[in-house]
Amino acid sequence: MKNLLDKKARQKYEEKAMLWVMRFSTLLIIITLCLILLTILKKGIGSLSWEIISKTPKGGYYFGKDGGILNAIMGSVYLATGATLLAFIIGLPVTIFMNTCMKRDKRTLYAVRFILDVLTGIPSIVYGAFGFIIMIALHVHASLLCGILVVSIIILPVMIRSMDEAINTVPQGLQESSLSLGITSVAYGYKVLCRQCLPAIVTAVLLAFGRAIGDAASVLFTTGFTDNLPQNITEPAATLPLAIFFQLSSPIPEVQHRAYAAATILTMIILITSIMTRVTGKSCNKNAIKE
Amino acid sequence: MQEPISIQNLNLCIEKKEILKDINITIPEKQITVILGPSGCGKTTLLKSMNRLTDLYPQMRVSGSIRIGNEDILNTRQDITEIRKKMGLLSQRPYPLPMSIYNNVAFGLRLSGRKKKKYLDGRVEHYLRLASLWEEVSTRLNAPASSLSIGQQQRLCLARGLAVDPQIILADEPTSALDPISSHEIEQKFIQLKKQYTIVLVTHILRQAARLADYVVFMYLGEVIEHGPASEFFNNPKTEITKAYLKGSIN
Repeated sequence: MKNLLDKKARQKYEEKAMLWVMRFSTLLIIITLCLILLTILKKGIGSLSWEIISKTPKGGYYFGKDGGILNAIMGSVYLATGATLLAFIIGLPVTIFMNTCMKRDKRTLYAVRFILDVLTGIPSIVYGAFGFIIMIALHVHASLLCGILVVSIIILPVMIRSMDEAINTVPQGLQESSLSLGITSVAYGYKVLCRQCLPAIVTAVLLAFGRAIGDAASVLFTTGFTDNLPQNITEPAATLPLAIFFQLSSPIPEVQHRAYAAATILTMIILITSIMTRVTGKSCNKNAIKE
Repeated sequence: MQEPISIQNLNLCIEKKEILKDINITIPEKQITVILGPSGCGKTTLLKSMNRLTDLYPQMRVSGSIRIGNEDILNTRQDITEIRKKMGLLSQRPYPLPMSIYNNVAFGLRLSGRKKKKYLDGRVEHYLRLASLWEEVSTRLNAPASSLSIGQQQRLCLARGLAVDPQIILADEPTSALDPISSHEIEQKFIQLKKQYTIVLVTHILRQAARLADYVVFMYLGEVIEHGPASEFFNNPKTEITKAYLKGSIN
């Protein structure tokens, strides 16, 4: 009897302790996020001005005191948009194929998912180096196009797997019911699955966009850096992560301020993308069938 | 044109387990045929092999023949989608398409190339009336199908299936997720629809079978034990297993 009471008391004690561990961890994450945001904003807001946003650097991005980071903003937007678009055009058919035709072959499907997960885990610098080797072999110099290609390869597995996770939960009955109407598997994929999983698809695209715009390592090799706005996709382009990387190491305070401004803008773009992901995820699923 | 479904020597196994053993039955046209039997006896699998949903599961091996008219649908070169269009499926729980009520019904019509708004409007109303749903949804045709109650969803699925203009309705325990009133509505619908359609209904509810069946196929452990007209089956069962099942001693 006494033993039992002891056990109960111990369980209660453990429960309380674990609860505090969870509370503490959650708090730690929130504090970290706030600290990062506050630091960036504190340093960045002061540096932000119309000139910074609307002008390219004058007199070189490393030493020039005038101008702004328009080159990096536009470069990043072009790069991330292009890469996301390309990845989506390839990724959606792959996801649908995995969840309609390939569904019968469980082993292959398992292998494909595993490969995609491995690809997701490979650091982006490796992709950058990989792209760089190919560029050397083909004798092409760093350009927006190369950046778009490499970044789209980086975000493809992320995008496919996050769409796949959602589509995978669609009940088998919906497929059987749809096919019974006399539609093909392909039509089921595009007309039914895509609608059912629209929120997840939008989420996957925005997530991938966030990943694409924030990646520094891969564009270092493939996109290069420049003070100018890219006029076409065969020219090098500046990007926000590299604008931070290069300008923060400059000894000149004005240039350092441009780095803080770039960090602020990059963070805000990511923040807005995340919020959009949440909002669209909620509003797009009015037609989805709930289990 | 209506044609009976004739199933001969149908065997189905998953790996080495036999799910259906040598099924030989003929399902009469324009009647309600009830496939009856305890859980796990292969009723649903039999139904799904009729419109080849078994194709979705490569581990299932099907042999034998299922003839609809002159066509052996298991061994045909005809496009599977054309075969499936001849049959509407009503599943255990309704799966409306993730779109509006209107588009759920119009989906099947558009499949056959009908795109004129005016024509579609008329036909959508027709099929919704046929499924006794029109009165309830006529003011909110553009609302998502998921906003309907589950009983209404099942009738919407019926309307959607009918819009493809099938000859046969396959129903897999269509009332099992529904409340008694919705179940009753679906049953009434079937009695009306059998004038125009061949209906194959899978159920494990004995009383439902008795209410609806014109023809009964009784299955047990993957085999057809007995089949025949309903009155004969219920009043004069031939085998011991059937008698036991009708008494309620097998489940």
